[in-house]
Amino acid sequence: MLFEDLKRLVNGTQLPLHEVVLSYEMLENGEDPQTLKNDLSKLLKIMLEISDKIYGKKFQTLTGLTGENGFLLSKVDDGLLGEFIHCAVVTAISMSENNASMGRIVACPTAGSCGVIPGIFYALKKIKKLDFETLLNGFIVAGGIGEIIAAKATISGAVSGCQAEIGTATAMAAAGLTYCMNGNIEMVESAASISLKSLMGLVCDPVGGFVEVPCVKRNGTAVGVAVVASQMALAGIESVIPFDEVVDAMKKVGKSLPESLKETALGGVASTPTARKILKDIIENLG
Amino acid sequence: MSILDVVGPVMIGPSSSHTLGAIRIGRFVNRLLGEKPDSVVFYLCGSFSKTYKGHGTDRALLGGVLGMADDDENIKKSIEIASSTGLAFRFSAFENEEVHPNTVRIECQKNGILHDVWGASIGGGAINIFRVNGVECSLNGKAPVIFVVNRDVPGALSKILNKLEINVANLYLKRLNRLKLTAAAIIELDDAPSKKTLEELKKLDVVLELYYIPKIF
Ligand code: SF4
Repeated sequence: MLFEDLKRLVNGTQLPLHEVVLSYEMLENGEDPQTLKNDLSKLLKIMLEISDKIYGKKFQTLTGLTGENGFLLSKVDDGLLGEFIHCAVVTAISMSENNASMGRIVACPTAGSCGVIPGIFYALKKIKKLDFETLLNGFIVAGGIGEIIAAKATISGAVSGCQAEIGTATAMAAAGLTYCMNGNIEMVESAASISLKSLMGLVCDPVGGFVEVPCVKRNGTAVGVAVVASQMALAGIESVIPFDEVVDAMKKVGKSLPESLKETALGGVASTPTARKILKDIIENLG
Repeated sequence: MSILDVVGPVMIGPSSSHTLGAIRIGRFVNRLLGEKPDSVVFYLCGSFSKTYKGHGTDRALLGGVLGMADDDENIKKSIEIASSTGLAFRFSAFENEEVHPNTVRIECQKNGILHDVWGASIGGGAINIFRVNGVECSLNGKAPVIFVVNRDVPGALSKILNKLEINVANLYLKRLNRLKLTAAAIIELDDAPSKKTLEELKKLDVVLELYYIPKIF
């Protein structure tokens, strides 16, 4: 699937983007649009239910390096973020900490990046009070963006770095958010493009290989990127580079990243003196 | 490629290769036995062996062996649950340069019968079961499988295959013991066989042992 194809279909059929995404799936792999819609509806429901349960909670994570960050943020709001982003970031961090404590999550697109999209959709529900149908339509559009990236490039940090995981999650979230806010297809494209461009080159450098540092907080800050990109696009700011080309560029950047920056825990913050010391302590403590 | 490849599955964290894949390999063993074993040893290789606790791989494997689903919140407590149900378990490391780095060898016992399953978590929750009780294979857990120990006599295999009303996707064979004239076959199927078919297979004179493993996910 290319974004160009979606654009052509939307302009040709005058159907809304989420319906075009569903019909495209049917053309590509024979998936019944209604069944797919039901499956996605179930996943979104579960995602929102879990978000409700974990929001601002404390967690005992596997390594203990994270676990109370969502809780801390939930207690403080100096007005720097605004209600919407505050809610979204608390959700994203809590979801990530829930993941790191062997909680139940919806991989979206991966487990390591599972906080970003629930962050945005939970805030749309809680703060913007959008109905489920609108959220689902946005979720379908987000899924379409993810699929374009997965098909053209990859969503694996081990293959292309964190730009492919958190970067993809952010582009998906921004696209879904823009669509839920009644953005047109050009705005959706710009929001996704601006997000992915902002996180291009982001390396995968989990300390000790554990999905906690920097992953948990990265889920939080990525939400900020998604909201800013979306608001920019909704204001009419256009991405100069079309989404399909941004994805190609991301793939190329992924290829040129050294192995040390692709989940091997040999580079980035994973190779800092503090990270090495922490890792030694963790391995000793866990026995 | 489908949207469902990027959204979902619902799973237990923290990572698809260290937990989801591990749960599924463990559950393969549970389905092979039809229940939890009496005792089990997990031999972890490569990256699995060094940091398995920090990834929760131990709890994931054990949860799988106990038969838990991909998103069962009890997986977090599987060590405690295993202990309370009297399942004896142990984790150990082993070196093997030839296999996938995320490989586990699961040796278990049920009613005095030993089973030995090798599997790798190959990314994104996908698995490759590549040895079952000495028979080399390549199973992804998405298809039903029959494991049969049969008499190694002419015509035995065709007798077995003739009973199957379902298309065979893959077949893996191995002679087990020349003196006792036994052989084993792993039959990967396109669809689940009926109860009746399985009963009839068990009754065949050439069939010594038969295990049915429904699809894992
Ligand atoms: S740093 Fe690596 S492990 Fe962590 S979220 Fe990013 S891609 Fe996933």
